[in-house]
Amino acid sequence: MHSLRQYIELYRDNRDTIEAAAAVIINRRRPEALRALEAFAEQPAPRTPYRETSADLLYAPDYGLNIGRLQFAVDLAASFRCDVPNISTLLAVVVNDTYRPGALLEKNLPAGVSVMSLARAAAEHPEWVEPYLDSLSACATPTAALNSLLLQDGVMVHISRGVRLDKPIQIVSIFNSPTAMLAVRRLLVVADEGAAARLLLCDHSQGSGVPYLSCAVTEIFAGAGAEVEVYGIEEANADTVRVSETHARVADGARLLLNGSFLSGGISVNDYDVRLDGDDARADLSGLVIGGGSQCAANRVVLRHHGRRCVSRQLFKYALFDDARGEFGGKIVVDEGATGTDAEQNNRNLLVSDGARMDSAPQLEIYCDDVRCGHGSATGELDANALFYMRQRGIPLDEARMMLTQAFMSDVVDAVGYEPVRDRLRHLVEKRLGGEAASCANCSAEDSLCNR
Amino acid sequence: MSDKETAGTRANDGQTLADATTGDYKYGFSTDVDTDVIPAGLNEDVIRLISKKKGEPQWLLDFRLEAYRYWLTLKPPTWAHLDIPPIDYQAISYYAAPLPRKAPGSLDEVDPEVLDTFNRLGIPLQEQKALAGMAVDAVMDSVSVRTTHREKLAEMGIIFCSFSEAVKDYPDLVRKYLGKVVGYRDNFYAALNSAVFSDGSFVYIPRGVRCPMELSTYFRINSAGTGQFERTLIVADADAYVSYLEGCTAPMRDENQLHAAIVEIIAEDRAEVKYSTVQNWYAGDAEGRGGVYNFVTKRGLCRGDYSKLSWTQVETGSAITWKYPSCVLAGEGAVGEFYSVAVTRNRQQADTGTKMIHLGNNTRSTIVSKGISAGSSQNSYRGLVRVAPSASGCRNYTQCDSLLLSDHCGAHTFPEIKIGNPTAVVEHEATTSKISEQQIFYCNQRGIPTEEAVGLIVNGYAREVMNKLPMEFAVEAQKLLAVTLEGSVG
Repeated sequence: MHSLRQYIELYRDNRDTIEAAAAVIINRRRPEALRALEAFAEQPAPRTPYRETSADLLYAPDYGLNIGRLQFAVDLAASFRCDVPNISTLLAVVVNDTYRPGALLEKNLPAGVSVMSLARAAAEHPEWVEPYLDSLSACATPTAALNSLLLQDGVMVHISRGVRLDKPIQIVSIFNSPTAMLAVRRLLVVADEGAAARLLLCDHSQGSGVPYLSCAVTEIFAGAGAEVEVYGIEEANADTVRVSETHARVADGARLLLNGSFLSGGISVNDYDVRLDGDDARADLSGLVIGGGSQCAANRVVLRHHGRRCVSRQLFKYALFDDARGEFGGKIVVDEGATGTDAEQNNRNLLVSDGARMDSAPQLEIYCDDVRCGHGSATGELDANALFYMRQRGIPLDEARMMLTQAFMSDVVDAVGYEPVRDRLRHLVEKRLGGEAASCANCSAEDSLCNR
Repeated sequence: MSDKETAGTRANDGQTLADATTGDYKYGFSTDVDTDVIPAGLNEDVIRLISKKKGEPQWLLDFRLEAYRYWLTLKPPTWAHLDIPPIDYQAISYYAAPLPRKAPGSLDEVDPEVLDTFNRLGIPLQEQKALAGMAVDAVMDSVSVRTTHREKLAEMGIIFCSFSEAVKDYPDLVRKYLGKVVGYRDNFYAALNSAVFSDGSFVYIPRGVRCPMELSTYFRINSAGTGQFERTLIVADADAYVSYLEGCTAPMRDENQLHAAIVEIIAEDRAEVKYSTVQNWYAGDAEGRGGVYNFVTKRGLCRGDYSKLSWTQVETGSAITWKYPSCVLAGEGAVGEFYSVAVTRNRQQADTGTKMIHLGNNTRSTIVSKGISAGSSQNSYRGLVRVAPSASGCRNYTQCDSLLLSDHCGAHTFPEIKIGNPTAVVEHEATTSKISEQQIFYCNQRGIPTEEAVGLIVNGYAREVMNKLPMEFAVEAQKLLAVTLEGSVG
């Protein structure tokens, strides 16, 4: 992967500047990240179904990095004009790669809940960061190694033992830069024993015609009996590339819900690595992709059952228009000794246009006999009979298509456990399918933003 | 003609064939048939020698040499979910021709355990013949010993002979089709086979002819330290039909044996080919010592419109299986089918599945794969369904189920689905589970011992595939399943 060399050189040339702005704990990880990245640079890129999602090509353009920590002006109001009622969130914003807490955020956070920059967390609560940071991503992929090498700051969410947070924490990541930019983003979520929290992660980009690349790594730790729900919504412009990795460990009796929606963007490659470590844990993963133009969206899941009697459910749906490309890779691994495992994985894809392409690889790797595992994948077009039925009743073809596609997506939307977020997602899906420009108009975060 | 009469006819066909096909030879031991073996090692001279011994034309030697030179540039594939010990390709003898005049070994040489197994399988020594209605081209090691029924088939214009004979008698046909479906550049083992293939079967069914009997070849490995590199080529011309059976058994040996075969099938307009395999090579002992490495490339090209190719396989043997019988559905409305039961036990490893490549409009494919893992074995299904952008109206249905019979075996599913046309409808389903205690309890309650209950349940589980086998194979295969799994559950 020759394209990684430019980042190695950039790091070597600017090492002092990069490290000056980062916490010691983060800097301590760089030598290992450098070694890993150098090794990846010598290897061929892992094979992907589409050229567009090859890591070598994704990292090839000459992006700028904000290693000098310049503060970019951003028109937050343009991104958030919200009128969906019944939702109020605890808002934090990441502009490019810089964390900007809302003025009222800290005041509104209940006791036992902390949302802060990773640098501050490392300084004030090293015990929250030290044992966790990089422990899951572990520089095992080019993206993880690159992220650890160039990381300067990120966001830390910590929920103390037994604290149950009602309001969702919303972290909005926005790209805004006059020149091509690579943002190295990091989110660390630690939910202690018995804690409960919901996170809403929104990805946006402002302006058009400027290439952005988001290299994001999220690490989630759900302690025994904890409940963590993470909802991600990506609404970016066609020049934005997102490469993200989400790593999660789920302890005894804990529950993790991950839901990711790709509504617009350029190329989006999302890797999920979830391990059910404890007994009686549960993970629900779901995602929807509505792709048009030449968009390309990939979701790759590795879900490992390690504890006993764990349950996992996966549901990923794609509706692809125009020349959009979709990729789904889902692997369920059941370790030896993970008895009583109950795992299901579902992938359904709708190809609406001639140019649309789908590549699906649902996989099972099972080393234990006391299991119930199943997966299903189906790809097809809209049911001609259903379309005919609707047209007979006076519904125009386009509208009928939209309604059927919306119905097709409804179970992923329904998988969202928190009603206000579910309503919002349904609204966004409706608008996206209705052909309206995907934007955060009607984003429900305005309430919080206005309260700042 | 009754089975007995058929057996009688065949017994008269020649002592050599009888020697090669009698049941007591068939299973799991080595006979002292003399063989003409080339010393171990592989280089261009060895290939020239193989070609010379077989009296091949220059174009075939050139084909072999090109393949060999290409093979030298390749490395063995590592993507399969298999742990393959390094193979020393220079330690293998690439040619072994039996000298058929010598008498075969007696029953006394047979491992009593093996005999017992086959008695329980219910296959008396003579039944092999009685199971006829098939024409048998017995391939012992690498050279076809004798082909039966050839004259009868020839009356209908059907060519069924060993590959070497085909090269001599029908060079134009062989040259026209050889390597057209599986080229020597296909993969490592295909290149190796193309360089050193020693013999195999050649079948040509002319236009409009329905082959009146099941064609069958028994492959077996006999000589110590010789790999077997068979090459089968089946061509069904327009409106033709043929059902082909391939059965494999191998003598018990301690050292590993390599088997890298190629099967190429071509179906023209409205032709139908049914290819059934029961693979029961020696799988090694309980500790994983010995056993056959079975690295096979099988592919059919449904070139004609509305042509059909159906693969059915029951895989119970081999220490390592690497095998993906595939269909390239190029003709309009072509149909591909793949039905498979793969059983692994002890330390066996199997990575098997299929590829369905939809290139023609309105092509259809069905995949039904049943994996059964026991002991410390690893059993993987690997499949590809690809619909080309230009192929509209394609349909695929895939079902792959896995049954786990022990807590330290592995059952894996690696399908890949690549859809390039929006009119395609492709469905994939897979489940993995163990035999439920309720099922066993239900059988136990009704006086059926657990071992037998497992046999019953497994046969029920695999029935969908077994039903696709020709009758002659289905009976044997069903018993084979039950016997294979004896002692695997507890």
